[in-house]
Amino acid sequence: MYGSASTHDIPTQAATGLENEDPILLAEFEARIARGEKIEPTDWMPQLYRKQLTRMIEQHAHSEIIGSLPEGTWITRAPGFRRKMAQMAKVQDEVGHAQLLYSAAETLGKTREQMLSDLVNGKSKYSNVFNYPTPTWADSNVISWLIDAGAIVNQMANAKGSYGPYCRALDRICAEEAFHLKYGHDAVVHMATGTPIQRKMMQEALNRWWPAIMTFFGPSDKMSTHTEILMRWKVKMATNDACRQQFLDMYVPKIWEIGLTLPDPNLRKNEDGVWEFSEPDWEDFKRVINGDGPCNAERIAVRRAAEENGAWVRRAMQQPQAKYVRPLA
Amino acid sequence: MDPKLDLLYRLADDQLILGHRNSEWNGLGPILEEDIAFSSMAQDKLGHSLQLYTLLHELGEAEPDTVAFTRNAPQFHCCQLTELPIGEYDFSLLRHFLFDHAELLRFEALADSSYEPLALVARKIKGELKYHVLHANTWVKRLGNATEEAITRMQAALEFTLPYALGIFETTAAEPEIISSGLFVGEAELQRRWEESITKVLAQTALTLPDLRLLTPVTGGRHGQHTAHLQPLLDEMAEVFRLDPTADW
Repeated sequence: MYGSASTHDIPTQAATGLENEDPILLAEFEARIARGEKIEPTDWMPQLYRKQLTRMIEQHAHSEIIGSLPEGTWITRAPGFRRKMAQMAKVQDEVGHAQLLYSAAETLGKTREQMLSDLVNGKSKYSNVFNYPTPTWADSNVISWLIDAGAIVNQMANAKGSYGPYCRALDRICAEEAFHLKYGHDAVVHMATGTPIQRKMMQEALNRWWPAIMTFFGPSDKMSTHTEILMRWKVKMATNDACRQQFLDMYVPKIWEIGLTLPDPNLRKNEDGVWEFSEPDWEDFKRVINGDGPCNAERIAVRRAAEENGAWVRRAMQQPQAKYVRPLA
Repeated sequence: MDPKLDLLYRLADDQLILGHRNSEWNGLGPILEEDIAFSSMAQDKLGHSLQLYTLLHELGEAEPDTVAFTRNAPQFHCCQLTELPIGEYDFSLLRHFLFDHAELLRFEALADSSYEPLALVARKIKGELKYHVLHANTWVKRLGNATEEAITRMQAALEFTLPYALGIFETTAAEPEIISSGLFVGEAELQRRWEESITKVLAQTALTLPDLRLLTPVTGGRHGQHTAHLQPLLDEMAEVFRLDPTADW
């Protein structure tokens, strides 16, 4: 799961450092990307490209492990064998995505340990939606369906990007997310067409999550002016607004179809086929992304505890004198 | 209780409760690969328990969801080892090691059970348990030979966990009939094989296996007597299910 909601720390034109790059190598690099070639880890790349991609893949990886927490708390409470096993498998996939993505980011020169350390120290971010609480089982279902749906919109676009290892990781991730989408949709449909208690739970969860879902793709492109170079380098493949429109077009009809409502009186598709909606509260978004959301502290505390409690295991594994144990496969 | 039901409830409840505990490692593992491994084992164990509850259902017991999600602690027959909280990784790893060695041997023996439906299920389950044991052995050997810190922790966890592990082999009144009818070789024979099996692995580490004869097994689980940890686990597990028992979730 992932949104581009936190990758917008892009330098101004003056601070790109491009004037220090070799112009011939840079021109060749840009020509390769324009031809649709993939950039591989040992290829030459501008510093800014390396930095932005590292940041982006790292944030994506963090979003996967932090994102596994709000849904993970419902593994132990999932109702019935079928849901319990599916919820476990679904959340396990997300952790697996983190593993794939940290490996992809490592090809750019930053180690997993460094990335995880930056996460718990608040130096690097993750998708803002996971700073909101999941007080009921229905909230977890809304994440499984709609946040994963948003992630697919975003990731299908980014899978066509220019950096080989990230694209290959995204291809695998999207294939799994497609199952999550089916799982989430199935769970939401069961609730939305179920008993009065279930229907009420689902509608309330959707109402709670809608504002966060609307911010999932990040601020409007009108508000972020520096994406041009990242689009040219195929680091960023679609604008935030384009992703949001695509998501609304694909999922609002499906939500309405199962008898659920959305808490935005201005939400409608106009005659040009463009979705109109109330402007999300970007001030609140900024406040939450900067650490003051309902669950920021809790999410980071869980991650930090995991890092600290497991440190002895990692120390032991790095022990050079340790007797070698033959791996299983 | 009918010997078949008695045996099946013990097997199924062990798998369900330890599967549930293993799933609690989500997001908390010492490395991501262990989050993933514990989740895989949790999914296997849940699947095993479902197969065993399905056998019980075929013998006239309630639906698997009803049996798993509506009973209270005194109606559970899991050993107390399975219900203890996950604690730190050293404990969870040692529990996994001690339990799954017994489970693999148990299901290998059950593959020859005189109760054919159980033998069929056991043949499938034992193939999966082989990987659980490989996983446990790899980590026990690795950490049990690594830093002094790791060896000290692993030794302490081993000593803490062993009395509970001996509780795996607690018998019930049905034991003589379970053996005589060829349902299962019996807990005493299983324990003998288990001791051999864990001794072999621990011998390849810097860990010391205490004299098991000097330990007092923690029993009661097979008779519905549980630690204070089981009921909260069950309450949590059934929290949503019980909101609307008529609902299809």
